[in-house]
Amino acid sequence: MTAESTTPPREPDAFEQAMDRRPVKGRSLWVDAWHRLKRNKAALAGAGLLVVIVVMVTIGPMLNPWDHEIPDWDHYSTPPSLETGHLMGTDALGRDLFERVMVGGRISLLVGLVATLVSLFIGVLYGATAGYLGGRVDNWMMRAVDAIYALPFMFFVILLMVVFGRNIFLIFVAIGAVNWLDMARIVRGQTLSLKNKAFIEAARASGATERQVIVRHIIPNLLGVVAVYVSLTIPQVILVESFLSFLGLGVQEPLTSWGALVNEGAQELETAPWSLLFPAAFLAATLFAFNFLGDGLRDALDPRDR
Amino acid sequence: MRNPVLKVEDLSVHFEVDGESRWFRREREVVRAVDGVSFELGAAETLGIVGESGCGKSTLARAILGLVKPDAGRVVWLGDNLIGLDEDAMRKKRRELQLIFQDPLGSLDPRMTVGQIVGEPLRNFFPSMSGIQVRERVAGMLKMVGIAPELINRYPHEFSGGQCQRIGIARALVVNPRLVVCDEPVSALDVSIQAQIVNLLKELQKKLQLSLIFIAHDLSVVQHVSDRVLVMYLGKVMEIASRDQLYADPRHPYTRALIEAVPIPDPVAERARQRRALGGELPSPTNPPSGCVFRTRCPYATDDCARTTPPLDEIDEGRRVACIRQDVVPTGRVLPKPPRSGAVE
Repeated sequence: MTAESTTPPREPDAFEQAMDRRPVKGRSLWVDAWHRLKRNKAALAGAGLLVVIVVMVTIGPMLNPWDHEIPDWDHYSTPPSLETGHLMGTDALGRDLFERVMVGGRISLLVGLVATLVSLFIGVLYGATAGYLGGRVDNWMMRAVDAIYALPFMFFVILLMVVFGRNIFLIFVAIGAVNWLDMARIVRGQTLSLKNKAFIEAARASGATERQVIVRHIIPNLLGVVAVYVSLTIPQVILVESFLSFLGLGVQEPLTSWGALVNEGAQELETAPWSLLFPAAFLAATLFAFNFLGDGLRDALDPRDR
Repeated sequence: MRNPVLKVEDLSVHFEVDGESRWFRREREVVRAVDGVSFELGAAETLGIVGESGCGKSTLARAILGLVKPDAGRVVWLGDNLIGLDEDAMRKKRRELQLIFQDPLGSLDPRMTVGQIVGEPLRNFFPSMSGIQVRERVAGMLKMVGIAPELINRYPHEFSGGQCQRIGIARALVVNPRLVVCDEPVSALDVSIQAQIVNLLKELQKKLQLSLIFIAHDLSVVQHVSDRVLVMYLGKVMEIASRDQLYADPRHPYTRALIEAVPIPDPVAERARQRRALGGELPSPTNPPSGCVFRTRCPYATDDCARTTPPLDEIDEGRRVACIRQDVVPTGRVLPKPPRSGAVE
């Protein structure tokens, strides 16, 4: 042993200790987003409320003895009561309101969901393509969008009805076919600003293919904006559907939707306020829930603002 | 040079841009961002590229890596011409040629964790690597650049500029490249951090035997890191020389003007100094001056300079200058030699 080696073994300092610690397990954007979403009470409440409404609307009509078409001949315009078995009362024709609100909810939610999915699918694909390719392609693609924008929506719907006949499915298509224009514009703008960011070039320099650049970098960075826009589109579509129904272009009696029910209820406001109250409450609750959830999703998908 | 790893020959990159708009037709103008640039780079050598903003430094870097399509010339990497390779072949080559960016935060995807960012090149180039292998390699790389591996789940915005640049360096080096192009890697950082990053790069270069192309507009940083220096102006090479030659005796009027503009870190000397700032503005690259592009701002320009494009002549061993007025350009140091140079020898 040499006498010179007197320096005692040095304790590793905090930095060295940190460096030697095992790396923690990697986390994905989705797991991370879920953790952040769980902390957002408003968004969770919105999601919970939506689940409740969807479950009610799905199984409610099965448990309810009444039918949405056949009137209860003994009870016209009766208020909600347990005795009669009409939990939300009946309308002027004696039809059970609970049943009608549930059936109407199915239609409203379905229209909202399907039309939004249609617009989401077309809009994101179209907008991202235009924005990513840029130049002349972008120019032509967006001029086409402008041209479709110029068509009056109602005229378009009426035209569809005339050509293909009245059909719920057509409403989905009509609303979706118009709504994707907004989505395409938003997504295109976002893509345009994204594709010139340094991290896109960095991805290319580190060997990513065009497809990988889009899937791994462009789309995740679009998600925040799209999530908010979707959460705004669903309520908007539900409202558009009720407007169409009011004009006689949407769902037709005896089938109904929340928009149609609110419209009927408003006419009987003085004699039967419950026939406005219940569908309106369901409609409002759904719209609120979507807005809160969309807001929460945007925050959860953006790691920057916590 | 005997065995250059990289040979750039007569590389030109031209961009078409929108000029004046006339009714429905737009005039198209051509910007000669890089115009006939040639140089060689040896193994484990550092080439500094300096020049004003807009002189084509970054475009040159991107053209070498195939991120921008050049209009003419060759980029020969280890004997293979990279120009004209198809997308797939070029992508494979990129494992050996990596890039470090100017904007530390902007070059990192805000929605990816540090672990994903540094792991991405591995996933691209070595798809067969298992998740555990990738994580091990990423952790090792982060450690090497001075980021604690336990931070892999953090997002870029949670780090400082200097740390982000370290992460950018880790991403570039994780696939074991042979050449790293640093595009102004420190110009967005403050001075104390600049020194850390520059020294980290030098240290890693030594350890990993990297060839570096170091782009900067800060001459003192370039002096610190480079073996050789290339001076660009308006897309053309003005002078290329070894670092010591260049700083001891700049032969091109533009190089002299650049070095003259460097402040001396001594207030007394700085105040006593007579400065002749370079007059005029950088001419428009869509319409460069005829002959020598620097002549509009050159104190030694004559009518001849407008007529002939000066060739990049070898005037000394390993040093080339594009100037026909060598007889009148003063020689020797522009600045007094600093008492203790910042350069590490």
